[in-house]
Amino acid sequence: MSVLLSLDGVSKRFRGLVAVDQVSFAVPQGAIFAVIGPNGAGKTTLFNMIAGAMPPDAGTIVFAGEPVQGLSADAVCRRGIARTFQIVRPFPALSVEDNVIVGALLHRRDVAAARALAHQLLTQLDLFDKRERIASTLTLPDRKRLEVARALATGPRLLLLDEVMAGLRPTETDRMVAILRALNRGGLTILLIEHVMRAVMALASRVLVLDHGVAIAEGAPEQVVRDPAVVQSYLGAEEV
Amino acid sequence: MIAPLTATMSRRGAVLLALLSAALLAAPWVVNDYLLTVLIIILYFAYAGQAWNIMMGFAGQLSLGHAIYLGLGGYVAATLFTRFGIGPWLGLLAAIPVATACGAIIGFLAFRFRVAGVYFVILTIAFAEFARIGFDNWSFVSASSGLFLPVRQYAHNDLWRLRGDPAMFYYVIFGATAAIFALCHVLLKSRIGYFWLAIREDEVAARAAGIDTFRYKMIAVMVSAAVTSFAGVFYAFFYNNLFPEQVFSIARSVEIILGPIIGGIGTLFGPILGAFVLTGLAEALNAAMAACSLDLPGAKQVFYGICLLIVIVALPDGVWPPLARLLGVSRSKT
Repeated sequence: MSVLLSLDGVSKRFRGLVAVDQVSFAVPQGAIFAVIGPNGAGKTTLFNMIAGAMPPDAGTIVFAGEPVQGLSADAVCRRGIARTFQIVRPFPALSVEDNVIVGALLHRRDVAAARALAHQLLTQLDLFDKRERIASTLTLPDRKRLEVARALATGPRLLLLDEVMAGLRPTETDRMVAILRALNRGGLTILLIEHVMRAVMALASRVLVLDHGVAIAEGAPEQVVRDPAVVQSYLGAEEV
Repeated sequence: MIAPLTATMSRRGAVLLALLSAALLAAPWVVNDYLLTVLIIILYFAYAGQAWNIMMGFAGQLSLGHAIYLGLGGYVAATLFTRFGIGPWLGLLAAIPVATACGAIIGFLAFRFRVAGVYFVILTIAFAEFARIGFDNWSFVSASSGLFLPVRQYAHNDLWRLRGDPAMFYYVIFGATAAIFALCHVLLKSRIGYFWLAIREDEVAARAAGIDTFRYKMIAVMVSAAVTSFAGVFYAFFYNNLFPEQVFSIARSVEIILGPIIGGIGTLFGPILGAFVLTGLAEALNAAMAACSLDLPGAKQVFYGICLLIVIVALPDGVWPPLARLLGVSRSKT
């Protein structure tokens, strides 16, 4: 399998604090790759550097064979990396449909064509019946799926999901897992940051564990959760 | 432009728009000169409010210095007319690039160096103030003693030179208001309009959706500046005088944004409705006070203040959104 995204020695420090310390990993094309770790481990910082929200202080990020570190967020998206936000940010006063049309217009000039794609994605994410609702009136699970729809509308090759399961009930989590699996079967590579181990175990083909900004383990999910260092730092005595 | 205009509008909305246009077209035959002048002022504010709305209502960039585009438009056209005898329509062709370039400079400084929020507003005010002080001391444009356009009795209307009776000015500003309404409608329903709304709603999320926010904010400022300059040209030729103290003053910037605020920021009908409500009621107040032989200087300003308070408290989205629901021309569901 060819590599779609690779990070090599990526670091970020905020004043004295080293948030991400020389992290390297590779996401194969077509994989579902999860990054887990306790709060403050540097997951979101890592994610923001990949998405172009902040430049790394050191290291390289290569996407589809080209370096993307230091590019702006919009440029990264145009290269084919779409993201969701941990704290959801749909365009609040716009309708659900218009939210997705904005994403779809990135690679389309014609609004009617963008609307057609938006309808297709909204159907896929169980939001078609709510397409005329104003985004701010949606429930949290709906807004999370709306963010995924908007990200998908930009036509990404890699989807970055920042805690997309957080705050969802188990049935909603299972629904989201099913949706992401279907997307992955369609050829989409997914990188997710996740706290909900149930979702990680169900989805991920590979897991990277961060602790205090350092990658302490990487491997298949069953293998990683048995790793003594991971159990020590993150999972604690919790049974998985 | 008509086809996309009617295609995306509800049937009832299109009928209402047609009725309003017909009434406004017939107005000069029905009303007296005083009322016609009031209508000219209303349409002037509707036009200028719509122009400002492109930047604030669509792209979410608050300008409190729109007087600069108004003043530049007026001064460029009036100077060309008085000094070189060049008519206002050719003058407009010079005014638009000057105002657009000014918008581009302000936009570039702000968006390149991430001057946002309150600081962006201050930057827009500062530029208008620079212009006011600059023009006040610039002898080529008669500095603080002002620029005057020759006023004579004209045997017939000269549309090319914008010299004539109120009915001619009325139809000019009516045509301009109709044109900018159509332009805004088309912009709002196009790719660029979606990107502007996305930037207005959440700039970080807009960037994450791949939108080059610098570029689209620049376009918003430049389009807004360009169309505002026509309001300045019209102002100069309608009032026949320009003083830097008046035309570049912050009061001018504020008065053109009251209409959209009252009517509904970001809506197409808001600036028009707001202009009718504000100017209409203010003139009615004047007439009522004259009828009671009351003379209270500043009553209009107090009245504007009260109107603004009522709208902010009772109708924070402006008068148009609830009115649209009442008339059944609104599509959005909440």
